[in-house]
Amino acid sequence: MNRRYRHFVAAAFSVAAVGALAPAAARADGQVTFVSQGGAYQEAQTKAILDPVAKQLGITVNQDSAPNAWPMIKSQGETGQAIWDVVDTPTSNCIRGGKQGLIAELDFSKLPNAAKLPKGYATAWSVPYEFYSSVLAFNRKTLGDKVPHSWADFWDVKKFPGRRALRNHPLATLEAALLADGVPRDKLYPLDVDRAFKKLEEIKPYITVWWTSGGQSAQLLHDGEVDMEMAWNGRVSALIKDGAPVGFTFNDGILQNTQLCILKHAPNMATAVRFVNAAIGPEVQAHLPLYIDYGPGNPAAFDTGIISPERAAQLPSAPDNAARQALMSYAWWQSPEGEAAEKRWLEFIQK
Amino acid sequence: MAGSDAAMTMPGAALPSGADPAARYRRREQALMLLLASPAFLIILGLLLVPLGWLVWQSFQADGFTLQHYRRILAEPVYWNTFATTFRISGIVTLAALLLGYPLAYAAASAPPRRALVILALVIVPFWTSVLVRAYAWLILLQRSGLINSLLEGLGLSEQPLALVHNELGTIIATLHILLPFMVLPLYATMQKIPGDLLQAGASLGGRPLHVFWRVFLPLSLPGVLAGLTLVFVLCLGFYITPELMGGGRTIMVSMLVSRNVELYSQWGAASAVSVVLLLCVGLIFLAVGRLVPIERIVGTQ
Repeated sequence: MNRRYRHFVAAAFSVAAVGALAPAAARADGQVTFVSQGGAYQEAQTKAILDPVAKQLGITVNQDSAPNAWPMIKSQGETGQAIWDVVDTPTSNCIRGGKQGLIAELDFSKLPNAAKLPKGYATAWSVPYEFYSSVLAFNRKTLGDKVPHSWADFWDVKKFPGRRALRNHPLATLEAALLADGVPRDKLYPLDVDRAFKKLEEIKPYITVWWTSGGQSAQLLHDGEVDMEMAWNGRVSALIKDGAPVGFTFNDGILQNTQLCILKHAPNMATAVRFVNAAIGPEVQAHLPLYIDYGPGNPAAFDTGIISPERAAQLPSAPDNAARQALMSYAWWQSPEGEAAEKRWLEFIQK
Repeated sequence: MAGSDAAMTMPGAALPSGADPAARYRRREQALMLLLASPAFLIILGLLLVPLGWLVWQSFQADGFTLQHYRRILAEPVYWNTFATTFRISGIVTLAALLLGYPLAYAAASAPPRRALVILALVIVPFWTSVLVRAYAWLILLQRSGLINSLLEGLGLSEQPLALVHNELGTIIATLHILLPFMVLPLYATMQKIPGDLLQAGASLGGRPLHVFWRVFLPLSLPGVLAGLTLVFVLCLGFYITPELMGGGRTIMVSMLVSRNVELYSQWGAASAVSVVLLLCVGLIFLAVGRLVPIERIVGTQ
């Protein structure tokens, strides 16, 4: 028993030693720890972006995943001991983390691929990685030809009768309300919060479900439980692919994205910067939509010829589609006014 | 301790207490029991008491000690409304569970053993299915295009589909289904122990069945009723997935408020304070009920 125990300890130590040495060996030719949100989305990235970038730079890309990265960003930033380098996370996390000193400010002279991004796409701490959109989706079977084409239509319960659903979250929902109230797409921010909630009160009695998860929104639309709703474009595309009688319009969509940021105490800072630049390169970005229904974060990807025009028409960040949508300002949502608006939400829902 | 007690009660004993073989044996046994219980104790300490302590500590924190999270619960109507909704739903579910569960438990307790087994199996089998699966099953039944509405429309009984789900009603139906076993099982356990002789005696003294039930059976089953009521009510207070899926986003219960505080607003202190208040409510309920019925009966060790 005793001897066996000693063997066990020895074995455990040697495993630990190898574990400690291995990263050091890899570090010689550069490595980076990249974190995304897991699932089909991370698999698609691995094929489209992560593996090609690793090859291109001659580095090892270690992957981790966290559906909600914020608590980890916070603890790794506060203790000053980071194990992650680059995180793909909702832009609000990048901005909040940047303001709290948890995320490194980017030196754009080292990120040539970010130079031609459209205005408002990048922040001081992050660059856009992929785009999705909160679009207006509808059921063709129950509505027939009378489908809504804008949030103004969605709010018009007389002309477009039917059951409705919205997301149980202020983000994008307040924007939709203001668009319905006639605010031009490029003049949304700073949001007129009072006006938005007033407009939402108008539609509230006609909302059957305030959905909380993307899966729920898809189920509602698929089962015909609602006739029109706000949903993420990828969810609706998946239903269309399955042959469900549903559709959506990019018109009045709210263009949202997740971005890449680097932790302030990233153990492999120099490699991380190289990695971020390569990961938003037009070529690798253009491959992402070949595996999943998200648009490239870098619109230059549409000029590479890799994305067919038919495919581009389905993607939220294609220039033609982007022109019909409103770009979400995460900077506004992270401002004190934005945070106050978020806190009003629960009160509104409960009233 | 045991040894010194023995020495004190037997002042004339010749042997020193440590040498008393019985006391020594008892002490060894106690030490062994303690050792055997220690893994469970450590688990409870590590996984329950420490996090709970942390939760309480955190509910007083926001850049130093503060009562702001508790003050907010008192001041903001959102919190009041949520607690009111939660208690209302729990109350309705508990009463409905009693109305449905009592006859069921009675049937099981008075049936011959084999039929009782079948009745209990019907109660327990759904209990083994995941809460999530059951919520979706109810969606299939209750939603606009669901079985019940299609049936009603097919029979021409209703023209407009009924709003059975995505509201408080849907939440109550699905929660009731999930919690019914917690009512039936304690009721059955209590009813089974009521001697049949008593009912026979009542009948032989001229009591009609209803009278005997009312004067003999019902009072004897009351501890089970109270146990069932407490269990269902307390469990319902903490429900999360069911109201989330069945409530249409409008039916907000306390646990959802906790998750919103963490997920949306990263307000860990506020979330902790809400949890602590809910925990206190549950503690008070148990304390009040414990004065009527021993807690062991409710949680089913006896």
